[in-house]
Amino acid sequence: MAQVHLRDVVKKYGPLEVVHSINLDIADGEFVVLVGPSGCGKSTTLRMVAGLEGISGGEVHIGNRVVNDLPPRERNISMVFQNYALYPHMTVRENLGFSLKIAKQSQADIDKAVDVAAEILSLTPLLDRKPGALSGGQRQRVAMGRAIVRHPEVFLFDEPLSNLDAKLRTQMRVEIKKLHQKLKSTIIYVTHDQVEAMTLADRIVIMRDGHIEQVGTPLDVFENPVNTFVGTFIGSPPMNLLDGVVKGFELEFAGGTRLPVPPGYATQDGQAVTFGVRADNIMPVGHALPRGEHMAEVEMAVDLTEPLGTETLLFATLAGTEVQAKMLNPRPVQSGERMTFQIMLDKCHLFDAETGATLRT
Amino acid sequence: MASNLNHRVRRYSLKGLHFFGLFTAMMVLCVPGLWIVLNSFRPTVEIMAKPPVWIPNELNLDHYRAMFSGIGEGGVPVLTYFANSLVISVTSTVIALLIGMAGGYAFARYKFNFKGGMFVGLMVTRAVPGVALSLPLFILFARVGIIDTHFGLILAYVALNVPFTIWLIDGFFRQVPPELAEAAEIDGCTRWQAFWRVEFPVARAGIASAGIFAFLTSWNEYALASQLTRSTTSKTMPVGLLDFTSEFTLNWGGMCALAVLMIIPALILTFLVQKHLIAGLTFGGVKG
Repeated sequence: MAQVHLRDVVKKYGPLEVVHSINLDIADGEFVVLVGPSGCGKSTTLRMVAGLEGISGGEVHIGNRVVNDLPPRERNISMVFQNYALYPHMTVRENLGFSLKIAKQSQADIDKAVDVAAEILSLTPLLDRKPGALSGGQRQRVAMGRAIVRHPEVFLFDEPLSNLDAKLRTQMRVEIKKLHQKLKSTIIYVTHDQVEAMTLADRIVIMRDGHIEQVGTPLDVFENPVNTFVGTFIGSPPMNLLDGVVKGFELEFAGGTRLPVPPGYATQDGQAVTFGVRADNIMPVGHALPRGEHMAEVEMAVDLTEPLGTETLLFATLAGTEVQAKMLNPRPVQSGERMTFQIMLDKCHLFDAETGATLRT
Repeated sequence: MASNLNHRVRRYSLKGLHFFGLFTAMMVLCVPGLWIVLNSFRPTVEIMAKPPVWIPNELNLDHYRAMFSGIGEGGVPVLTYFANSLVISVTSTVIALLIGMAGGYAFARYKFNFKGGMFVGLMVTRAVPGVALSLPLFILFARVGIIDTHFGLILAYVALNVPFTIWLIDGFFRQVPPELAEAAEIDGCTRWQAFWRVEFPVARAGIASAGIFAFLTSWNEYALASQLTRSTTSKTMPVGLLDFTSEFTLNWGGMCALAVLMIIPALILTFLVQKHLIAGLTFGGVKG
């Protein structure tokens, strides 16, 4: 087991810089998820840690070593690929034992290690099959098994669940989490799925355009996003954003709609701001959570509904912007129906309209 | 019910037509070959008969006996030709495969300057008909002094086959996901080991088929060989067939017997490698 440190790591393809001087410290045994939209540099960063991409600047430490110039095989890592990358000409047993065979371990040791890994991932009945005869979930487990047989210092996962269907993905997510609890190993996991990131991570690293936007625990990044990007990227449905202007202790939106300034934010009179509220914090009266300390009420016409069973998502228009609200204990709602909504101001966010950075004090 | 019946009738008649079409096409393709095999076992009288005798009255091994007993006694030196063919074809195939693997891998995996142009350039060399090359090659080889040597013919065949093997093998390596080699590297392989232990076995089918094509091209080639060989030191079997013609006679039976001798190794090779030719070997290793 080992900690991983990235120090001012840069990746350039010719003149094009895709990862800009990122710094990250990952503790021993920590499960860190790199998340961000496609093209944000998360996979590139992972591949630099793996040694599959050269590092254009800065240092990558694994354990106490700088690994910049070490080939992948000397970094003592394993990696699970999005497309599994199982060796199609080998059986599951050979796939699992391949790394040990390359390391010239005795056949008895290999068999033992393979059996243990197969046991952990319930692959024992599949050991003599070839990858072509396995289902998607089974292939994924073999890929994970191949990663765990050699007891690496760090596990790297590159979008390992993207090719699975929704149900299997949920199932494998739980298995990965269990595996981490069992092995207590350092894991760096890349995904573009914020739900995966929230459910799996000890800490989430949110990336955009080759920069790290925010690092924090899942709850921390959910509750205290540092900017509008993180606010809209983490959480489903995405945070509603409304542009407005500070007028004393109130915010004025297009069309004259006014709301009090949420507590805990430093604002100046006349400042242009972006007001953020999640659907969970804007609910119709009578279908909401118990009242918080700071509440505001607005009336909106519902344009569209999405019933989800335990709750219904309501699409309405506030100050010319479409917002999503949540209705607990739902009843049928007609399109065009006007309802009064409660906004829990304690849970709302204010960002600078220009930079998008939070104004929290 | 009637529509059900209609459908069934249509399906069966379509199937029948399909079968008939295939049979006709295969017959057109196979008859010349079968005719050669048949003629090699028939007496000359029957071969020359007009109208042709379709069902043979008599089959014997006379032509083969004559062909092999003539060796060393002024007859056609079949075994020497066979050995020449084998040495030249195998050597040129092995070399073309090695170059093809290196080149195909480079084209499939690496980015470099003028890659597209080089690839097209290689393919364009295939557009020149072999016969058009025979005279320039003859002059060149004569100057250098490699006319009528194994080396000369091997060189010509390697040049002929390399663009093709590169093109074929490039296509097969493209189908092997690069993640396989990356996974192997993470599993502890060097770049070289990752190639030989993972990428090569997965692309084996393609490499085998490229090998067959290269071998058959060299094995069957006549136009260049007839110009670049002079004597028994380098004559290959296709050129050797001409030995059965003389000023006034054509020994059809002997020619057919030698042709059969040529077909046999090609057939054996195809059977041996057939198992590797089954496509879809890469299926399952990565998401299909």
